[in-house]
Amino acid sequence: MNAFEWVTPKDLKGAVSALSGDSAKVLAGGIDLLCEMKEGLVTPSHVVNLKSIAGLNQMVGRDDLRIGALVTLTELAESESVRSQYKAVAEAALSVGSPQIRNVGTVGGNLCQRPRCWYYRDVAIECLKKGGDRCFAEDGENEYHAILGGGPCHIVHPSDLAPALIAFDAKVEIQGTSARSLPLLDFFVLPAVNWGQENVLAPNEIVTAVTLPKATAGWKSAYYKFRERESFDWALASAAVTLRMSGNTVQDCRVVLGGVAPIPWRSKEAESALKGKTISPALAEAAGKAAVTGAKPLKHNGYKVRLAANVVRIALLRAAGLEEA
Amino acid sequence: MSEWNDRSKTKYVGQRVTRVEGPLKVSGRAKYTYDIQLPDMLYGAILGSPHAAAQVKSVDISEAERMPGVKAVHVVAGPGTNLRHQGQDVAAVAATTEQQARDALRAIRVEYEVRPHRVITQVASQDPERMEPFPALSDEAQTALRAADATIEGSYSVPVRIHTCLETHGCVVRWDGDDRFTMWCSTQAVHGVRGGMAQNQGVPAGNVRVICEHMGGGFGSKLGPGSEFAVCAALAKKAKAPVKLMRDRHTEQLTTGNGPDAHARVRAGARKDGKLAVIAADCFGTSGYSAQWGMPFPYVYRAETRAVRSRPVRTNCGSDAPLRAPMHPQACAITEQVVDELAYALGMDPLELRLANTDGVRKQQFELGAKLFGWEKRNPKPGSDGGRFRRGMGVGTSAWGGGGGPGSRVELTIHRDATIEVKLGTQDLGTGTRTYVASIVAEDLGVDISQVRAMIGDSDFGYSGASGGSTTTASVAPAVKTASLEARRQLFEKAAEMVGQPAEELDARDGKVFVSSDPSKSITFAEVCSRLGVAGIVANGTFDASLQQGGVAGVQFAEVEVDMWTGRVRPIRVLAVHDCGYWMNRLTTESQIIGGVIQGIGMALLEERKMDENTGRCLNPDLEQYKLPGPWEMPEIVPHLFETHQKVAGIGEPPVIPTAGAIANAVFHASGLRIRHLPITPRKLLEAMDERV
Repeated sequence: MNAFEWVTPKDLKGAVSALSGDSAKVLAGGIDLLCEMKEGLVTPSHVVNLKSIAGLNQMVGRDDLRIGALVTLTELAESESVRSQYKAVAEAALSVGSPQIRNVGTVGGNLCQRPRCWYYRDVAIECLKKGGDRCFAEDGENEYHAILGGGPCHIVHPSDLAPALIAFDAKVEIQGTSARSLPLLDFFVLPAVNWGQENVLAPNEIVTAVTLPKATAGWKSAYYKFRERESFDWALASAAVTLRMSGNTVQDCRVVLGGVAPIPWRSKEAESALKGKTISPALAEAAGKAAVTGAKPLKHNGYKVRLAANVVRIALLRAAGLEEA
Repeated sequence: MSEWNDRSKTKYVGQRVTRVEGPLKVSGRAKYTYDIQLPDMLYGAILGSPHAAAQVKSVDISEAERMPGVKAVHVVAGPGTNLRHQGQDVAAVAATTEQQARDALRAIRVEYEVRPHRVITQVASQDPERMEPFPALSDEAQTALRAADATIEGSYSVPVRIHTCLETHGCVVRWDGDDRFTMWCSTQAVHGVRGGMAQNQGVPAGNVRVICEHMGGGFGSKLGPGSEFAVCAALAKKAKAPVKLMRDRHTEQLTTGNGPDAHARVRAGARKDGKLAVIAADCFGTSGYSAQWGMPFPYVYRAETRAVRSRPVRTNCGSDAPLRAPMHPQACAITEQVVDELAYALGMDPLELRLANTDGVRKQQFELGAKLFGWEKRNPKPGSDGGRFRRGMGVGTSAWGGGGGPGSRVELTIHRDATIEVKLGTQDLGTGTRTYVASIVAEDLGVDISQVRAMIGDSDFGYSGASGGSTTTASVAPAVKTASLEARRQLFEKAAEMVGQPAEELDARDGKVFVSSDPSKSITFAEVCSRLGVAGIVANGTFDASLQQGGVAGVQFAEVEVDMWTGRVRPIRVLAVHDCGYWMNRLTTESQIIGGVIQGIGMALLEERKMDENTGRCLNPDLEQYKLPGPWEMPEIVPHLFETHQKVAGIGEPPVIPTAGAIANAVFHASGLRIRHLPITPRKLLEAMDERV
């Protein structure tokens, strides 16, 4: 990796101004950033360390739950209030990487991590996302790529946390020259909008927290992540499901998929299939099928359509506490 | 003519003995090549070709030479060199820190003329330049197929797999003058590397010393001097300082060898009684750019008519290297599935068909394994458990040599302080060499194993061969045994004077030398040693062919569970019945078998080198997307040591052979889906389900 200057700001204001440099990058846990630097994908002149800023690693709950961007995945997975009120979030945090990675990796870092697409990760390949003129996955080895929302770039978003947080209507807080807050669902952008990056962050902005609203606390939920390799792998397809039940009837719900689209993919079709209906294995199966409505697989990833439908089905059965077949 | 000890009476040999170097390894004190630090040592790094096929036009190193910390730049591929694969060595740098070396690599300006490439075997096989077409099937084979009671036809494949040693290839070279150097390296052959490097550097063989105390895996990819060894020696010479050059993970995966793929279009027929009538196959695979490829097909089972044609396919990929039982697991996985399909086509139990085509040890192993595994509980109909999770059983077999050979020279010294040194220039590939060396000697001299120091991994010790072909234990143990018996003879001669009884009446155990018929007449080992001269007792040992035997059979049974919703295959149990001859150490023998099965599971379910035809680049030269199995992939693995004789044999390679075939067959039995192309990933099972609809 190239030599860089290490910046340790005392507060957010200092961090934001350090980011206005020519090519500065934020470091939280550093797992993804260091990978990118070692591979030569990014060559920042300044690395801005957020660990010295007070408060970013706090989890505070009064009515809602505010999770600082530097809270680690382990802390999130082990938090009693997250496990009891927002179960799918704890499950998602626990599904990431390995224990060592979860001990260091942060909530903010997990949401802002770059894609795992093997064309993107190969520094020698000038793909669309790196300023080139085409997506190499389109007519290449695309078995791990998007079946929904793809084009002109076909990455899948790698975050496990994002679908689970979105399924609870999470909001994300951002600090730049001013502060802003938006639904986490709107934080992510499709390649059709901007293929250069996966979210709306400006170069001098930092994710500072994620808030889970009280309104969804205590909803039944589950995050199911299907990996090709059970030990330490990315999602081939995953689903976060939240349900507000009245007896056996689904009053309200969210269905958000991971690993199948360039952004965490909220499926309104699956939600419509569930709302107002009596939960059952048959309904779970139907909602799973609805979740892949409009899927446009590439040459080698048609299998993901069946897989994603079943992953949603499994997540629903788990959230509802029904026996899996 | 010697014999091994009676295992019902031994304390060490053949028992479960923990590795003598275990404490060093778990405490981090064991010195691997990575751990070598020398005064003024520099760090080397290699620039690899970004292209799969290119000619070097020019290399400009002037900027790199001026970079901070850079002490030497070495051009490997000068102008005019044809580069055959991504990652091929182009140039190298030695600098004060590893970071400086890597920065300097980026400052080397190379002009390439890019040439057309082919990196995917199936694509290259369509290209007449890279493979000749297959001739038509012989009349004899056609006739035999028509006459068979059941026939099957299918295309099968096993992808290129990479050794993925956890310790990457590399070395440290220190020149001790103009024509003499010492090198620390990760190798399976300290003596072979010494000879190869002496020749390569043009210095007398005796002027080179090669040291490898411990290594982190080789699997066949570290049998000779790797290209990085010569590069490192050149850098060290140029920089006039020791250089450490360890490959990074990317170039490790791209350049240090791989296990070739195997593709086979097979037509086979069997008779009603299960006898294999005919196997006809067109086979091809790639070993990289060389035109050498072949596999032992059909594997183990013989058909009356065999019409098998093999074609090497040239691709712009890194060269192969022997990978644990080279080409056997591939041949086995394909053959076992063919045989399995024939059994189902005949409506016959797959095990029955195998019994109809085997005899001797293997047949006994099949019968014993079936009993231990509960084969009779199996539902004869594949895919018959309805529902989401379906279980199935499958079976596979292996054949290997594993005998020893001459050449090893052991020097054993008993010192006056009752400590013992055993020196020999072999190396420990991971099998626990030191432990059986010390066990053999401690057993024969009746001392505690801690008194014996097994010294290996140094070319300054007596010759021993490369650790390949599962031959090390069967070559080394007999030579150690010879030395051990000679030392025991000399010890008893000395003790005989002291206890006043003839040497042939003596025995040794628990630190005492005593009279066999009257153990009260004894003297301590330490006391005998204290009366020795300054030289102590010196005994030399060489190979004794009567102590070893090659030719080992094995069978494995696997049970898996297939999730019909996701395509996940979960291995549940693997029973590995392997002919081990007379094992030196039950613990490490079982661990060797378990390790083989684990690697076989990787081959069955996960591992595949992925190449991109458009760019010519490897897409997964890493540990992230080149997927090795982890703890969650582990079934219950039961090694069963099958004893056929009292001679030592090798067991390193056999256990990796049958696993993938057994698992592939179990997947079919569970799901009713035949996945003929490994690895059996969720994708392939889901695609098979999509096709069935």
